[in-house]
Amino acid sequence: MDMLLDGFATALTPINLLYACIGVLLGTSVGVLPGIGPAMTVALLLPVTYNVSPEGALIMFAGIYYGGMYGGSTTSILLNTPGESSSVITAIEGNKMAKAGRAAQALATAAIGSFVAGTIGTVLLVALAPSVADWVVNLGAPSYFAIMLLALVAVTAVLGDSKLRGFISLALGLSIGLVGTSTGQPRLTFGNSLLADGIDIVVVAVAIFAIGEALWVAAHLRRRPLEITPVGRPWMGRADWSRSWRPWLRGTAYGFPFGALPAGGAEMPTFLSYITERRLSKHPEEFGHGAIEGVAGPEAANNASAAGTMVPLLALGLPTTATAAVILASMQSYGLQPGPGLFDNEPELVWGLLASLFVANTLLLVLNLPLAPVWAKLLRTPRPYLYAGILFFASLGAYSVNFQWFDLLVLLAFGLLGLAMRRFALPVLPLIIGVILGPQLEYQLGQALQLSEGDWTTLLSEPVAVVAYVVIALIVLVPLVARLRGGGTDPLEKELDDLEKEVRP
Amino acid sequence: MTVVVAYSEDDQGRAALAHGVAEARLRDTDLVVVNATRGDSYVDRRFAAGSAADHLREELVRLGVDAVVRQPIDPDVAGAVLAVVAEVGADELVIGIRHRSPVGKMIAGSVAQRLLLDSPVPVLAVKPDGPAHSAV
Repeated sequence: MDMLLDGFATALTPINLLYACIGVLLGTSVGVLPGIGPAMTVALLLPVTYNVSPEGALIMFAGIYYGGMYGGSTTSILLNTPGESSSVITAIEGNKMAKAGRAAQALATAAIGSFVAGTIGTVLLVALAPSVADWVVNLGAPSYFAIMLLALVAVTAVLGDSKLRGFISLALGLSIGLVGTSTGQPRLTFGNSLLADGIDIVVVAVAIFAIGEALWVAAHLRRRPLEITPVGRPWMGRADWSRSWRPWLRGTAYGFPFGALPAGGAEMPTFLSYITERRLSKHPEEFGHGAIEGVAGPEAANNASAAGTMVPLLALGLPTTATAAVILASMQSYGLQPGPGLFDNEPELVWGLLASLFVANTLLLVLNLPLAPVWAKLLRTPRPYLYAGILFFASLGAYSVNFQWFDLLVLLAFGLLGLAMRRFALPVLPLIIGVILGPQLEYQLGQALQLSEGDWTTLLSEPVAVVAYVVIALIVLVPLVARLRGGGTDPLEKELDDLEKEVRP
Repeated sequence: MTVVVAYSEDDQGRAALAHGVAEARLRDTDLVVVNATRGDSYVDRRFAAGSAADHLREELVRLGVDAVVRQPIDPDVAGAVLAVVAEVGADELVIGIRHRSPVGKMIAGSVAQRLLLDSPVPVLAVKPDGPAHSAV
């Protein structure tokens, strides 16, 4: 508890408060704009880590992450186009509410629900992360190796609709992670001395997220403008409160564990929350016509999962969402190694970050309720201006890593890869996590085999590792077995599939 | 024999539409309403999207004129209007205009100015009524 109070002392210094404000505002505005997400924004801002203190940068990035989760809901509700993948579900009921003249209530339940869920999630994070870290610190290299493998398989196989596409993306990411001479002999360097140090994660992240997206948008520049629902200041009546608070809490209960698991992600809990609310609602007839529960639950779920994601990130060094992956990259560029040691080695930083999550959450509520009409205006920005700016900052960021023109070529090459991935619907997340975790996976494997003097059975010598392998086997095999047996799908799974078809045309 | 109205979802556009309808009745011809957009932002408030377009069509039906609404997406909005003028063989173009400050003239190109200068047919340029009427 004292640690947390010290953390607040760090988070509430004027300069860190300023970073939190910038992060929250920036995060919300990029969350509002479809196609530009917190992951891209943090990637574009990675070069600021050269000048800003680690506390300041991480506090800003955490603000962007939370803000992005919130901002997506505004676009979903007003425009029926989700700003973020995690607010796909919000669009179903939220836009119906807006069309029925209840946009203010939809925005209010999303904002207050996000605040409630974010705060509960952050409390759970503060309570859990240090104990998880204490437990993990005793694990050996074989367990680490197994847990990382589990995270890679889970992120690839559980999220997204096509496992094949996921594994293609993961393979690309792991290959990019191999480039360099970290093992002594050059791999995939093509005899180029500039590739000897490997490809900087900043360049890869900026290329895949920013350049890839900018090229993709440039290929689809002109589209029919959408109808936006005009909105005033969000507010809720008594009936809305009484219908919202239970979905908020249930959404939090779904979101946090899903975020905290290595298989993380914010989409699945929003789906589950929506289905639960539809089943439990006293007004089932309103679902599909603008039920406030259908906005309150999923919005709480996606913010709670954002808090949950911080558990594996801080305690294990395992990113489970794209934004967490880029935040991890920023920590590495400070020479910080997230994981169990972080709580002991950098208490000021970690507790400052945790405290700033509370601050960011409160700022979001305070800023966003009055600012909703301003966020709606952002959607009028012409895309050419927006993406010209993104391309500029992307190139600047990539160049400033090493100040060599070669990085700009790499940036362009991976930008084209990012465009191709969007064209062929390959998920980006497995690639970016592969790039980050690949080298660490190899390092842990090397450690384990070195200690055992080359005996492969050491990989199964720790109980945690065995459990992880069993879970991996389950993740891979259960869907196969279910498909072979055919038929007997349970109603929940069917409802999930239906919902997924509905939102992914 | 057609009257073309360059429509936008604002006071100027509504003024142009009202005068265009009057012109079409006077000349006893049909009406083509052009509502063009550059289509490069998610929201264009001068573009009648979704229910606004339905509303526009209903309004034209209510006024009892023989009208079609066209909504081209073109980087050159003035060019898109002029293309329709040429295509339907219009004999008049109705547009709404506004005051622009000196700074406004510098930073924003004017669709109205290009239509006035480049239109091959006579242009009727109208202004919205006083502020009392502009609140819609």
